[in-house]
This record gives sequence, structure tokens and C-alpha cells, in this order.
Amino acid sequence: MAQAAAAPQSYKDCRNAWVATVEALAEADPRVVVVVNDSIGSSKLNGFAAKFPDRTVNVGIAEQLMIGVGAGLANGGKIPFVSAAACFLTGRALEQIKADIAYSGYNVKLIGQSSGIAYGELGATHHSIEDLAWLRPMQQITVIVPADAWETEQAIRWAADHEGPVFVRVSRTPVPDLDVPNRSFRAGKAELVREGGDATVIANGTTVHLAAAAADLLKSEGIAIRVLNMATVSPLDEDAVAAAAKTGLIVTVEEANICGGLGGAVAEWTAANHPVRVERMGFDGFRTTGSVEHLFEEAGLTAEGIAARLRAALGRT
Amino acid sequence: MTDRSNTLATIRDNALWMRRQAFTMVHKAQLGHPGGDFSATDIIATLYFGVLRFDPTDPRKPTRDRFVMSKGHATGVLYTALCKAGYYPESWLETYMGPGSKLNGHPNRQYLPGVEANTGPLGHGLPIATGIAIAGQIDGADFRTFVLTGDGELQEGSNWEAAMTAGHRRLNRLTVIVDRNRLQQGQGTEETSSLDPLPEKWRAFGWEVAEVDGHDHAALLEVLGAEPGEKPRCVIANTIKGKGVSFMENQAKWHHGVPNDTQYAQAMEELV
Ligand SMILES: Cc1ncc(C[n+]2csc(CCOP(=O)(O)OP(=O)(O)O)c2C)c(N)n1
Ligand SMILES: [Mg+2]
Repeated sequence: MAQAAAAPQSYKDCRNAWVATVEALAEADPRVVVVVNDSIGSSKLNGFAAKFPDRTVNVGIAEQLMIGVGAGLANGGKIPFVSAAACFLTGRALEQIKADIAYSGYNVKLIGQSSGIAYGELGATHHSIEDLAWLRPMQQITVIVPADAWETEQAIRWAADHEGPVFVRVSRTPVPDLDVPNRSFRAGKAELVREGGDATVIANGTTVHLAAAAADLLKSEGIAIRVLNMATVSPLDEDAVAAAAKTGLIVTVEEANICGGLGGAVAEWTAANHPVRVERMGFDGFRTTGSVEHLFEEAGLTAEGIAARLRAALGRT
Repeated sequence: MTDRSNTLATIRDNALWMRRQAFTMVHKAQLGHPGGDFSATDIIATLYFGVLRFDPTDPRKPTRDRFVMSKGHATGVLYTALCKAGYYPESWLETYMGPGSKLNGHPNRQYLPGVEANTGPLGHGLPIATGIAIAGQIDGADFRTFVLTGDGELQEGSNWEAAMTAGHRRLNRLTVIVDRNRLQQGQGTEETSSLDPLPEKWRAFGWEVAEVDGHDHAALLEVLGAEPGEKPRCVIANTIKGKGVSFMENQAKWHHGVPNDTQYAQAMEELV
């Protein structure tokens, strides 16, 4: 399907981290199963299916069934990883996610593949930019948007250990490893990517490295930007947001709709608890067709675009 | 030549043109779903150039016959058919999946004339077509509604909800055509979640069922052009995914495989 944007060699497709991790988990724990909707190839699970044929449940093109089966497998003592294109996994089966998983409290791991606008040219039906807004009000579900391959692995491992429903976005848009020393993944906690006191960018997923590059650009202009990687959108790291609010300006950046996702969460929390200027970057509605690169540029989701937004908001144009 | 043989000649010529154009678009974009384009080409060519009544200068004319493309990933075949049917110029085809193009990876009725529904997520077309047919039934209108689904697509429960309602309401001006190529995205339908015996399933839901060779224009014209009966009609069109290009036929990998230059050249030699 959609070709990823041209990216440097060192950039990684996070789906590889997902499959390596779920295979390792399945080796170690016989309860681990995957559930898919004719999405073995697009979830890169061909190897897994060959190794663990009886722990690969392909229900066919039937997402509502897929989620119900996931809940049933959890009831039967399994640890199901339900893996499908994020747009269909969340959108098509939203009520099953609500009633069968969140409300029923089943220990199901939802793995949203090719999330965000990774399916660029395939159009808005295949873009998954509403998923965070749909899932966030179901507080029983931990919602994680990893920034790179390393964090994808950590999030999947954490999800396997955690008792309760988890949604993890897996990006196919290649991203570099974040240049943060001595990392340790903590669900529900923001990660400091750049320190600075003039403003704070709160980003997640594929946009974190762009936000870091924007901060580096502005540093040479004498502007010190803090960059936080807010991989966990729900529950939100309120302490980190409170500290960010003290810098006087927050810009949220995400490969998602600006309504209801990370930007929505930050805006809601600050409006209620710590009023501060919040600018939200992301997508403001259905996008047209076009490559991932094109759609990112159109939305200003580039290092230069983020820097420009910060300069303008700080009156430093 | 008789009218009927003229029509059949037009269908044949247009189907060939559609396959060549669609593959050229997929080759240029390096994106698309050519396997499912080619299994559906003869069905869609027969509909547009032998069965449907429509006016491309008035795409939303209330009396038009409706065609709902439920397998929305097969835009190569849909867009070439709509173009040949006169809805827009050939130059639009060159923009396929380009930035801001009206020719999305999946169809959009809000900017592409002739499209009835923004499909792409599978299992939406038949419910929408059922609603169209109910509207026609309420009004006593004489337009007909056709919907094309994939076969793997029938694993979506929404289709069977619609099938039950259409059967219950005896929506006899509704026809579903199943592109029975026996392959879905990753492998065969029967290896994934089997559909057979398919005709019996539709009959049990209150439909009349016909089976046809989905690449035989004369047979398709006969069954799709037949007057409505008492019940909604299901036409199971037995097809070959990738039909027309030797190395693509019956190969799951050509579901969304795209050709390199050599493969493109070979396909163009075969599509004559
Ligand atoms: C709800 C939904 N789930 C999954 C997909 C991904 N998908 C696109 S095409 C396809 C296979 C369709 O197979 P089939 O219906 O047999 O179509 P055809 O063989 O005619 O191409 C799948 C799984 C989708 N588009 N929509
Ligand atoms: Mg098929």
C-alpha cells in the first residue's frame, strides 16, 4: 500500500520492533497470541504465523469479531495482541473496544499498525488521526504513541506485563532513534528530550524527532525550547504539563487530529488547572490524498514548520 | 451488426482500455490494487457500457441507476470506467494518488463525479446500496441499484445485516455482484474464513442467486441486464484476480503489488 516518505537509511520502520518483540514475548510466554483481520502481511507477522501457527488467529476481514475474539481469548487466559491497521482497529470496532474491552476490563493489547497518516495516498478512510480522540475518554485503556523503534519495543513489553487494556500505535513512517542518553521507558511519564525555558513543545510519535530538530534550530537563534516526549497520551503526565505551563507557552505536536488527542489532552488539562497559551499542531480534519511527506509538510510538521510556529508564538519573527 | 453485438464490442474494447489505463496509473503511482482491478474489469465494463442508465453531465440525476463500488480499493478499474463513461477527462487519470488529486487511493464522491459512496473500509457498500434501494422502493422509482463487493469483504458482518434487511424488504431492484476471485489480501478466502457454500448463504437470506463467469461479457450482460424479479438478486461472478496478465493471475501478492518497468512492459504486451 502507501509507500513511506523517502527517509535516510538510519530511519527505522517501527513495525520491525513490534514483530521482534512480540515474537520474543511469545517464545517466553505461551499465553501470548496474536489476532488479526487478514492483516498478517501488513502487521509483518508472516514470521510469527510460521513459528506459532496455533497462536495466530486470523479471523478474516472482520474487525468487530476480531475485538470480541480478543476479549474472549483474554477470558480464556490468553494475552491477546490484536493487531490491525489502526484506522479499522479503532474506527470499525469502537463499540467493541468500549464494551468488550474497556468497560468489561479485559486484558487485551490493541496494536494499531500504520497509524497516523502513514497510508498517505490511500486517503482519509485509511488515515488514523482520530484514534487518540476516540480512545482517550476510555480511561481504562492506556494509550501509548511511541516515538521510535526502541520505545515501540519498550511499550509492547510494558503492555505484556501490565494487567489491563493497552493501545499502542505502531508507525510505518520511518523515524530515527531519539538522541536521548540513558533512556528508560516509564508508562505515563513524559521523557525530557531537550531542556529549555522559553517555551515547551509536547510531542509524541513520529513528530518528536522533528520537535527536537526544531529546538536545535532555535537554540542557534538564542531561543531555548524544552521538548517533551509525551508517549503516553492517557493517562497524561500532569506534573510534566504543569511544569511546561510555567514556561509560558506550550506547543503540542502530533501525527493526529488536533482535536481530542495529545493537543486536546494538554489543552483540557491546562485550561482547567493551569491556564497557559497552548498551540496545537497536527491535522485539523480529513486530509486529501498525497504522500506522507507531502501531508506532513502541508500541516507544518517539519523541523522548520515547528520552529516557525514557535517563533511566531514567541513574537520572534 | 446488431445492437447487442455492438454493445458487446464496446464492452470488450473499453475493458481492454480500462486494464491498460489502470495498470499505467498504478505503474506511475507505484501504488494501487491491480489484482482486484483486473478481476472486476469485465463486470464494471459490462455495467457501465451495457446496463446502467446514467447521464455524465448530470451525475446526481435522481432517476439514474446507481452503482456502488464497495471494494473501494480497486480504484484503477472504477476511475477508468467513470472516465470512459464521460464523467471527467482522461487528463485526470494522470493525477492518480498525486498530492491533492481528486483521484484518491479510495473514491471520494465529494469531489469525483460519478462516485456514489466514499468506500475503502470494506463492508460499507451493501448497507448504503440497501438504503438507496429502500428510498427507491418508498418512491416507487424505477432506477436500479448495483453494488460490487469483494469476496473476502463478505467476511464483514455488516454485509449480512444488509443482506437480511434487503431480503426481508424484498428489495428487488437491488443487485449485489460478488467478485468471487477466491483471494483476499493475504491468501485464499477458503483458507482464511471460508465463504462456501456461498449461493446457499444468499438464498437463505432471501435473495435470488445467479452464478456467472465474471469475464464473459455476453453472460454478464445477460444476467446483469435481466429484468428484476421478486427478490434482491445476488450475482456471484467467478473471476480471476489479476485477470489478463499472466504473471499476476491468481497471485495474492498482486493484491497491492505494483509493477516495475519490465513487468509493466510485459503486461502491456499481453493486454492487447
Ligand atoms: C474494514 C477493512 N478492513 C481491512 C481492510 C484492508 N483490506 C483492503 S483490501 C483487503 C482484501 C479484500 O479482499 P476482497 O474483498 O476479496 O477483494 P479483492 O480480492 O476483490 O481485491 C483488505 C483486507 C479494509 N480496506 N477495510
Ligand atoms: Mg477477493
